[in-house]
Amino acid sequence: MRSFTYERATSPEHAVAAAAANPAARFIAGGTNLLDLMKLEIETPQHLIDVNGLAFDTLEATREGGLRIGALVRNTDLAAAPEVRRDYAVLSRALVSGASGQLRNKATTAGNLLQRTRCSYFYDTNQPCNKRRPGTGCSALGGMSRQQAVIGVSDACIASHPSDMAVAMQALDAAVETLNASGQTRTFPLAQLYKAPGDTPHLEYTLTPGELITAVILPKPAGGRHIYYKVRDRASYAFALVSVAAVVQPDRTGRIALGGVAYRPWHDVAADALLPQGAAAVSARLLGDARPTAQNAFKVKLAERTLGLALAQASS
Amino acid sequence: MDHLHPKDGLRLSRRQVLVGTAGSAVSMALSAAPVNAAEPGKTAAQAPASSSVTFTLNGRRQTLEVDNRTTLLDVLRERLKLTGTKKGCDHGQCGACTVLVEGRRINACLSLAVMHEGDSITTIEGLGTPERLHPMQAAFIKHDGYQCGYCTPGQICSAVAVLAELKAGIPSHVTQDLIAPVVQTPAELRERMSGNICRCGAYSNIIDAIAEVATGETA
Repeated sequence: MRSFTYERATSPEHAVAAAAANPAARFIAGGTNLLDLMKLEIETPQHLIDVNGLAFDTLEATREGGLRIGALVRNTDLAAAPEVRRDYAVLSRALVSGASGQLRNKATTAGNLLQRTRCSYFYDTNQPCNKRRPGTGCSALGGMSRQQAVIGVSDACIASHPSDMAVAMQALDAAVETLNASGQTRTFPLAQLYKAPGDTPHLEYTLTPGELITAVILPKPAGGRHIYYKVRDRASYAFALVSVAAVVQPDRTGRIALGGVAYRPWHDVAADALLPQGAAAVSARLLGDARPTAQNAFKVKLAERTLGLALAQASS
Repeated sequence: MDHLHPKDGLRLSRRQVLVGTAGSAVSMALSAAPVNAAEPGKTAAQAPASSSVTFTLNGRRQTLEVDNRTTLLDVLRERLKLTGTKKGCDHGQCGACTVLVEGRRINACLSLAVMHEGDSITTIEGLGTPERLHPMQAAFIKHDGYQCGYCTPGQICSAVAVLAELKAGIPSHVTQDLIAPVVQTPAELRERMSGNICRCGAYSNIIDAIAEVATGETA
């Protein structure tokens, strides 16, 4: 690991100012992904700003009847919160299907959103990877791509986003709240946090330098059946090949998002509108433009079948 | 750990090999004189590559000056010589380094020591002693919940926390009903222990040991 300096942020304003003043600085919260990447020298921050002391560790009801989830709420605590289990069960289910008990105790809400791909070539510093070293090429295209994305991909990168939590948040129509270096707060839909890989897969987020995620906002509970269905190679502690987050109403309308298939949770309001027609129609709309590799082409069919299972469960 | 394998003749030589490996693979912490607790709000320009941290470890207050890079795991093993906590993968995948921080289990390998200011940390050495075993340690011995023993301290720390999580009603992936009280079943224990890998495959005995403590049947 490269040497770095360290400070504990004393206020949100201090944190964003310190980050904006030093382009080689990174925020650290749970650290479960960042430290792993620092050990491999894939991440080489010269300065760490520890934000754990900031008061972003609570759940609050919003004026609109929704839920404001502090950026520092740990994955375990979010999954276990009574209001989440009652009103946003798909989120609890997604959280407990991810990582291990130890990691969920440390991992934070914002950190989970910002975790980086688990593409094996991104982690293997002996291999070309456009996300890790721009311009070196993509090893996954034509390499081991079973776990990687099938849609939203480019010729430069086919990495998939590893989060389960974010998939449920996408189905719940979550928004991200941030504080920027000028002290301004903004709120935007979760899907807008992530950049498509295009020619610049190393640029993953739309956050500006020093901008800090302070909360995730969920709208008023939508009711309905909440399903999170995750298909993976092991029964526990494995990343999704495909996952489905679904919130389905008795009249079969609702919202769904797919995990394991793209650089972000994959969602399309036009696909939601097809929910009453069933899984095949929704899946065709969501993944009609898929560009899978030979190794991960199975994900397109798997997504449709997993969606079918989720919808069957929702109407049972 | 020592007391779990009183007759294990291979233990010393294996440990020497592992310590040597760890020592050469990690950056050792600086051994500067202890200073006062770190000052919050140091600016980047003033901050050195090492920091002071104070935490309570197994009931004893410790103040250390550490290279910022030092993980909690390496501080425990290399600086404080508490080698019960093991380094397996060093990437949060195996669970051998599981310790309890404020009663919650974490991977000590994926946590910087300097980020534990004010924390109360319990390692396997703090759970019980050879003379006064923690019930979970006694149950692992009774049920033969190990073979080589390398993952055992992490398994035991994790298991203690799992029972606390069940008691606190924290749901898991296999919890059927998110609203009703969480029921302790073998499936729940297996799912919750999935962050602890045992390459000897002692899983069934590990679950037997945990289940016995969970149901309060320890002899």
